[in-house]
Amino acid sequence: MGEIVLKGVTKSFGAVSVIPPLDLTIANGEFVVFVGPSGCGKSTLLRLIAGLEDVSSGVIEIDGKDATAIPPAHRGLAMVFQSYALYPHMTVRNNIAFPLKMARLDKATIDRKVEAAAGVLNLTPYLDRRPGQLSGGQRQRVAIGRAIVREPAAFLFDEPLSNLDAALRVNMRIEISELHSSLATTMIYVTHDQVEAMTMADKIVVLNAGRIEQVGSPLELYSRPRNRFVAGFIGSPRMNFIDGTAAGEDGAATIGVRPEHLALSTTGGRWCGTVTVSEHLGSDTFVYVQADGVGTLVARAGGEFPVHHGDRVWLTPQPGKLHRFDAEGMAIAGTGQDRAGAAAAVGASNPRGSE
Amino acid sequence: MATAHSRAAARLTMAPAVVLLLGWMLIPLSMTLYFSFQRYNLLMPGDEAWIGFLNYEYFLTDPAFFAALWNTLLLVGGVLVITIAGGTALALLLDQPFWGRGVVRLLVIAPFFVMPTVSALVWKNMFMNPVNGLFASLAKGLGLPPVDFLAQIPLASIIVIVAWQWLPFATLILLTALQSLDSERLEAAEMDGAGPLDRFIHIILPHLARAMTVVTLIQTIFLLSVFAEILVTTNGGPGTATTNITFLVYAQSLLQFDVGGGSAGGIVAVILANLVAIFLMRMIGRNLDI
Repeated sequence: MGEIVLKGVTKSFGAVSVIPPLDLTIANGEFVVFVGPSGCGKSTLLRLIAGLEDVSSGVIEIDGKDATAIPPAHRGLAMVFQSYALYPHMTVRNNIAFPLKMARLDKATIDRKVEAAAGVLNLTPYLDRRPGQLSGGQRQRVAIGRAIVREPAAFLFDEPLSNLDAALRVNMRIEISELHSSLATTMIYVTHDQVEAMTMADKIVVLNAGRIEQVGSPLELYSRPRNRFVAGFIGSPRMNFIDGTAAGEDGAATIGVRPEHLALSTTGGRWCGTVTVSEHLGSDTFVYVQADGVGTLVARAGGEFPVHHGDRVWLTPQPGKLHRFDAEGMAIAGTGQDRAGAAAAVGASNPRGSE
Repeated sequence: MATAHSRAAARLTMAPAVVLLLGWMLIPLSMTLYFSFQRYNLLMPGDEAWIGFLNYEYFLTDPAFFAALWNTLLLVGGVLVITIAGGTALALLLDQPFWGRGVVRLLVIAPFFVMPTVSALVWKNMFMNPVNGLFASLAKGLGLPPVDFLAQIPLASIIVIVAWQWLPFATLILLTALQSLDSERLEAAEMDGAGPLDRFIHIILPHLARAMTVVTLIQTIFLLSVFAEILVTTNGGPGTATTNITFLVYAQSLLQFDVGGGSAGGIVAVILANLVAIFLMRMIGRNLDI
């Protein structure tokens, strides 16, 4: 039930190749997130799996059967669209019942399934309203309801939360995650938001220009990015990249270090610089430092780290948390920064201890 | 526009248009109303007199009136059915991507630019003529007797001519409505297992309902007063077979020189048109309220 395998799938629109040959296996019951910047082909890939677009070459297998030529309705997949794509002239009940009516089920079965789905999604009081009378979050739930009544082999979500406000997005994120744990059905979720990817996924597929950059669990991508693109895309605020001589000291063309792995000190450290902006978020402080000879670096400090514009601070990467990339942007094995001298210099300069 | 000053200025600047429109409408209407209660025949000048509702009595008891009423309904209804069904079909076709779509769309609109007398004459002489017409040649080519359309099935022929003129209008409105349909909604229906026919019935038709009511309303207003096509093709005949209310009013006042009777017919036509308008407005009000 719900294993999806892509073998050498390509897609081109006319002369423009959108997806170069791509192989991917999605195991049954997995929550897979396709993430990447806009225009990277993640939605196209989802539409290829759904059958709404035809592949230019390659094979899509669903449950071990070749589904490449099967029309979308018969692939056993359900999709939730970015615009929800509800039917405005039908009540919520009829919206949810629509796929069942199209499957020509009898009325009693339809009613039972619709009631059950509405119960799961807390939509029972709204069954006789029209989509126009619902809030964004409720419409989203109707769209999900329409998907779950079909009991599909897999759910496809195309940026479903991008039309919701920030607070609602967090709630729906949790609801979808809970839905996944209770249904245990394969879900493929497309987003450009790496926070959604990190929080919801069992497995993240990072896409860039139609290519798969890396596949792995959220923490794998976070701690062992395969290349500079993944390293920069996953994590917020994004990783600091340092080129030139500072990187050369570590034997790499570029080194990367995440803001949370930069130790701040007012007394000494590896790089010295001037604070340009410090953002106090309460729980954290993000300090933007114009480091001498290195460029702008962002560091995360504790919630009450008292630095201001113009202060001189020192930054030191935490041991073992430095990422090294070669000239092509590929990661170099080993974190390499454990230079004895640097490590010793950091030793005394715990930022919080130095207050 | 909230202050008293700006409101007064707005009234002042709108006044000329309002006065002109009111004059344009009210003066002819009141004159028609006045004439309808007069004995006023151009063949008997100087014999004008107040005769109360006699003109109405004659007009409404004239057997031609009921024939004309029925013909009017058939004409309006027939053209509406053909244009909406045909317009939907054409809009669906023109919405498909194909080579030369822009040119074809422009050509489809063309009949709307042909003036009614011209298009009716073209139909009468080039297509429907039993001797020289294209349809007659086709029939003869198939070994069938040619049909004299305007003599044998006159009303149906006129319905076809008028429908041909109004088909582009319906197509245009329905095509724009079709293009405003969110493609994700159709894709969602496709994922939900709806085939082409189900998608048409459950998604496309409800989406077009509003445009269809607009087409119905606008066309009804114009179709109630179809006149030129009848004048140049059948002159209301044979008998009263193609006389609608508009043509009957014309015949009464300008062929029988009975201005009083014609005016009474005009007032009856205004009342009928208003009844239809009220009925349509209520229907549309319900339909626009989604």
